[in-house]
Amino acid sequence: MTQVEFPPNTPPEKNKPQTPVVAHSSHPQAWKWYDYFTFNIDHKVIGIQYLVTAFVFYLIGGLMAMAIRVELATPEADLLDPNLYNAFMTNHGTIMIFLWIVPSAIGGFGNFLVPLMVGARDMAFPKLNAIAFWLNPPAGALLLGSFIFGGSQSGWTAYPPLSLVTAPIAQTMWILAIVLVGTSSILGSLNFVITILMMKVPSMKWDQLPLFCWAILATSVLALVSTPVLAAGLILLLFDLNFGTSFFKPDAGGNVVIYQHLFWFYSHPAVYLMILPIFGIMSEVIPVHARKPIFGYKAIAYSSLAICVVGLFVWVHHMFTSGTPGWMRMFFTISTLIVAVPTGVKIFGWVATLWGGKIRFTSAMLFAIGLLSMFVMGGLSGVTMGTAPFDVHVHDTYYVVAHFHYVLFGGSVFGIYAGIYHWFPKMTGRMLNETWGRIHFALTLIGTNLTFLPMHELGLQGMPRRVAMYDPQFIDLNQICTVGSIILGLSVIPFTINIIYSWSKGKLAGDNPWQALTLEWTTSSPPSIENWEVLPVVTHGPYDYGHSNEVQPAATPEVSA
Amino acid sequence: MTIATTSEHHEEHHQDLRVWGLLTFLVSESLMFGGFFATYLFFRGSSPVWPPEGTEVELLLPTINTIILVSSSFVIHFGDSAIKKNDVKGMQRWYTVTAIMGAIFLLGQAYEYMTLGYGLTTNVFANCFYLMTGFHGLHVFVGLLLILGVLRRSRRPGHYSATKHIGIEMAEIYWHFVDIIWIVLFTLVYILTLF
Repeated sequence: MTQVEFPPNTPPEKNKPQTPVVAHSSHPQAWKWYDYFTFNIDHKVIGIQYLVTAFVFYLIGGLMAMAIRVELATPEADLLDPNLYNAFMTNHGTIMIFLWIVPSAIGGFGNFLVPLMVGARDMAFPKLNAIAFWLNPPAGALLLGSFIFGGSQSGWTAYPPLSLVTAPIAQTMWILAIVLVGTSSILGSLNFVITILMMKVPSMKWDQLPLFCWAILATSVLALVSTPVLAAGLILLLFDLNFGTSFFKPDAGGNVVIYQHLFWFYSHPAVYLMILPIFGIMSEVIPVHARKPIFGYKAIAYSSLAICVVGLFVWVHHMFTSGTPGWMRMFFTISTLIVAVPTGVKIFGWVATLWGGKIRFTSAMLFAIGLLSMFVMGGLSGVTMGTAPFDVHVHDTYYVVAHFHYVLFGGSVFGIYAGIYHWFPKMTGRMLNETWGRIHFALTLIGTNLTFLPMHELGLQGMPRRVAMYDPQFIDLNQICTVGSIILGLSVIPFTINIIYSWSKGKLAGDNPWQALTLEWTTSSPPSIENWEVLPVVTHGPYDYGHSNEVQPAATPEVSA
Repeated sequence: MTIATTSEHHEEHHQDLRVWGLLTFLVSESLMFGGFFATYLFFRGSSPVWPPEGTEVELLLPTINTIILVSSSFVIHFGDSAIKKNDVKGMQRWYTVTAIMGAIFLLGQAYEYMTLGYGLTTNVFANCFYLMTGFHGLHVFVGLLLILGVLRRSRRPGHYSATKHIGIEMAEIYWHFVDIIWIVLFTLVYILTLF
């Protein structure tokens, strides 16, 4: 193990944890590489399994996106026939949401970090945790396998009646895949709620709980409440498709709007499922790399809970053009705009944390700042569309596509990258290469803006989404988008090389390369199998940076010797 | 690999955790039923005649069934009280009675399905009716399996005792949940058709 250099202001003796963290070598300290490919019940292994699997799906979904963009380089449908285009578009959306962002942000980081951050040896239900992970690969196989039957073509929303008339077998496989990931999400969330509420080390007070854990707690509650409602909607759709019922068949007494309600009751909160854990990652990365206590700890913690509650009452803003009566439009416009308040609280908290901080522009910090700017862009276009009158105009145009890619690509993917650069040393014991990280960041930032910024204008000019062919007047902006998407695709290459190379040959990280104060940095890197020999004792808050007597987590005897 | 003190600590802690985990899961399950109930109410609210002619529900058999299921919740609770007094025999007796009552409920439901004279696909009411009662029946069946599992394990000497009966408690909680869902379902689908 290499020496870790602490800044000169070593902690005063009284602030040291009372129980020193001792690393033994009398029993196995870490898993072997092949343990990551089997049914393993260790939360750290499961976290990495989630992250790697999700990244593979990200590459698959990304290639689909690039195929879509290359198709849109010309106004005619010359690369993909329209049915295949629809199948690519549907599966791109589905994979990115259900098999990349949600599993990596909640499953990956949540599993790896939550027990470490609250000082537990594992999640509350380790076996259930492993089961939850292993529901994901078959879901992916179902989605990709559905291409044999034409692929589901109804968009990731699977609105009936379209989903009832195109490719029924593929659509059934799609439903089963979503039910699998939904089950995975419910089991995982249940595990997080119990772990955070009941397995926190006794010495940790509630106001010392890291903000990432608050975010995961809010996310899990949201998933527990909303996911089963989606399951109900999908079960009804499954019965309509295969068993002759007519819930969503208007000619037989059914009603398609019910599906939209059930779907969006989950799928709107789903955007918070994706973004809240990322907000949590931001709240961890920014104070560490700015060397300042987070501004407004309580405000940021409570705003997660507020987003969770208000987020459950805004779903109809997806249905302003579905014959929603005026009074409902008004109610849901107002509730939608209210969500901007707790979100703004978080943004101001991070900006105020950066203000006057000793910022280290590491790759993690670059991605965090990138996220801030991208998310503000996406948030602002979200506010415009949250108001019903404007939404009616841009409904189903590329303006919507631009908005949710700024939020979900700029917001989520930047955050996942920030998290990977920040916690990779803890996960693997080695540092990522910073130069490659900067190249990765630059390409991602340029690619994102080149791809998605022109889409705002395309949408305002009226280009509809979800179609393979378009009016030739939109050709210039579309070609800019296509070039951008190729840059985005290329940006993954330096990242992948960096990960693979650094995992085996990178610089050794030591226990706490960023001099962070949360509990996960008090154990070895990578953490030993049961996380700690002796559970840590919390003596200071998670963000007490930059005070004159800045405290450092206890170094292991090996390091300080 | 495992430190002894840790796993002991884990064990006693785990009793609580599993009960809380189950309760959390059941909250989630209730919301799935909530989705079905909302759909049902939506259709009810937008139809002039409900249930439509030709798909009326029967009331006598389901009422008897309801009485059986609700009383079984008391019966299973006696079983839980018995084990808390270390009375394994008593627990087995009460749990067996519960299982029989659950089975009678399911048979009654099957008989009802056969005699109603309309099927799943007849109209939207029939869709909702069979889907909701069917899903509930599935949950009763799972509850039955849990109880049978408890009974099977209780034959091992010393498996359950006054201080160690988490499986029994969880089966009981699940059974109560199934019962509560049924009370809501019965009110919505059967009693409200009277008005």
